Amino acid sequence: MEQSNTPVTALPAQAERLSWRERLSDPEFWINWTAVIALAVLVIIFGIASPAFLSFGNIRAVLVAAALLVILTVGQTFVILTGGIDLSLASTMTWAGVVLGQVVAHGGPIGLACLLAIIAGLLVGLINGLLVAWGRIPDFIATLGTLSAASGAALIFSNGEPVTIVSTFLLQLATGSLGPLPYFVLIALLVVLLGHFLLFYTRFGTHLLATGGDAEAARAMGIRTAGIKLAAYLLAGGLAGLAAILFTARIGAAEPAVDTSYLLNSVAAVVLGGVSLFGGRGTIAGPAAGALLLTVLVNGLTLLGLSQFYQPVVVGLAVVLAALLVRYWR
Amino acid sequence: MSPTEFERVFSAPQTPERTPTPGAPPGSGVPGPAEVLLLVERVSKHFGAIVALHEVTLWARRGEITAIVGDNGAGKSTLIKCISGLHSPSSGRLFFEGKEVHFASPQEARQAGIETVYQNLAMIEDLTVWQNLFLNRERVKRLGPLAILDRRTMRREALRMLRQFEVHLPSIHARLRQLSGGQRQAIAIARAASWGSRLLIMDEPTAALGVRETRRVEELILRLRDQGLAILLISHNFEQVLRLSQQVWVMRSGRVVGGRRTNETTSDELVAMITGVKSDE
Ligand SMILES: Nc1ncnc2c1ncn2[C@@H]1O[C@H](COP(=O)(O)OP(=O)(O)OP(=O)(O)O)[C@@H](O)[C@H]1O
Ligand SMILES: [Mg+2]
Repeated sequence: MEQSNTPVTALPAQAERLSWRERLSDPEFWINWTAVIALAVLVIIFGIASPAFLSFGNIRAVLVAAALLVILTVGQTFVILTGGIDLSLASTMTWAGVVLGQVVAHGGPIGLACLLAIIAGLLVGLINGLLVAWGRIPDFIATLGTLSAASGAALIFSNGEPVTIVSTFLLQLATGSLGPLPYFVLIALLVVLLGHFLLFYTRFGTHLLATGGDAEAARAMGIRTAGIKLAAYLLAGGLAGLAAILFTARIGAAEPAVDTSYLLNSVAAVVLGGVSLFGGRGTIAGPAAGALLLTVLVNGLTLLGLSQFYQPVVVGLAVVLAALLVRYWR
Repeated sequence: MSPTEFERVFSAPQTPERTPTPGAPPGSGVPGPAEVLLLVERVSKHFGAIVALHEVTLWARRGEITAIVGDNGAGKSTLIKCISGLHSPSSGRLFFEGKEVHFASPQEARQAGIETVYQNLAMIEDLTVWQNLFLNRERVKRLGPLAILDRRTMRREALRMLRQFEVHLPSIHARLRQLSGGQRQAIAIARAASWGSRLLIMDEPTAALGVRETRRVEELILRLRDQGLAILLISHNFEQVLRLSQQVWVMRSGRVVGGRRTNETTSDELVAMITGVKSDE
């Protein structure tokens, strides 16, 4: 068949792999790496401005402090990639923490308590998923409802009282390390690696991106988009349960009051990580770097002696700036 | 219970009065059961108060190109969505390969051997060419509950698919949003034609194409037909319909208003039926 002056270039014979030049010329690449680049820049600036910043002890403290947010952010990323949002994340973590605390307070073994904490998280994820995927309630509303319900349940279950938990297991978890890697960091790293693998190397990941990218088209190709959305919320809920274990270990108590900054920061980290809030495109590493970036920002500003009151303003600025940057690139 | 359309079509002796196209020349009537691949029997589809399809009956023969024509909003896309499992009919029945079928999802229709090129193409803009080609047909290796993508194989086969259908692209790694309308259409067709299906449904497959690309797609359609695939083609282009198809169905406001063997009709007659000047009913 004739192919002279075809308007499009012919397919290169060996295009099975993507060259680095092709990768670097894709704006998507730069959007995904915004957080990493910004993180590197921040580390250099803080390193110069405050010698204490790059000390081994401080780096370790930052990484441990970031671990919780990283885990929550990975959960949030999966939901946002489907085109949804999980506003209940911080409340779910609190509620799962209270379940953990109550099991221990009633003499249950710590292993069972941790397991039930994760199940408590999955339960909220299940409710979110059912409301969104089968109830066809907008994500925003459904998870706003569970945000409120989960924080209420946390108060009811605990009578509003924090429960102090004395557990060598949790103490080990919070303070111990494997070689140079604190357990917290190790767990967060594993979550990021597994999340990345799930998103880019499994069929589920492709179907998740397809669902978020164009749900109608995905359905037309036979993808069960409702099931995919449910799975994303389950993942987020389960990870909130895991985060609850870490949170409880760190403060040594099950705290019934919700710290909403975790919710806001998880969404901020996802935005910093270059994930589209409309769903369908993004990475896991980007948001994880975003979570690290937010933690580094707060840590560095504290070291520089900036009043705590200014820190949320700076974080807000960083997020809006990142969003503008992404918009400009796309 | 009165005999269903299926029993009527498949068991009744073939007398001219029984053909749904009275007045049509002999040979344009109901085909024998062995010939029919797909039979749509009195299918209706309502969206709330909107009647998108009303008692539609038509069929597609094995090894033929069957065209559906009709004005915008006539119900053509709705009909093929009922066939491809995207919609479930409000009433009526579908028979595929002689058996009644109920497709609860597009996945079931695809498994039964019906592939569809939708009018909106059903491609994911943010995924790459090869990911779209293999969407929900991924090559995977099982690891416990996980289905791990075999990306190497998919990329290699994607190249082969595109070469086979002579689709020319900068790269299989390009995201769909970076491609032209014609390129996307070509990919959607290559995707649908690659899975060894029995029936290929195409909703206006050349609508976004230039002259040269249209000709290539038409050649492809004929080639697939010659390989034994049955094709259901929706098109607004009468010349194309007359050139390619063996059977034409005409739809107007949710109804089938006539069916013809293509070699026994003309462009003028089709226009008359579409606009309602002429009808078989
Ligand atoms: N999901 C839906 N909800 C409500 N009404 C619908 C829906 N899908 C189609 N319709 C209506 O059904 C009718 C038939 O639409 P359809 O898309 O099948 O037309 P068509 O013949 O494919 O037209 P075109 O040539 O423009 O593609 C239209 O009146 C349309 O508004
Ligand atoms: Mg249409």
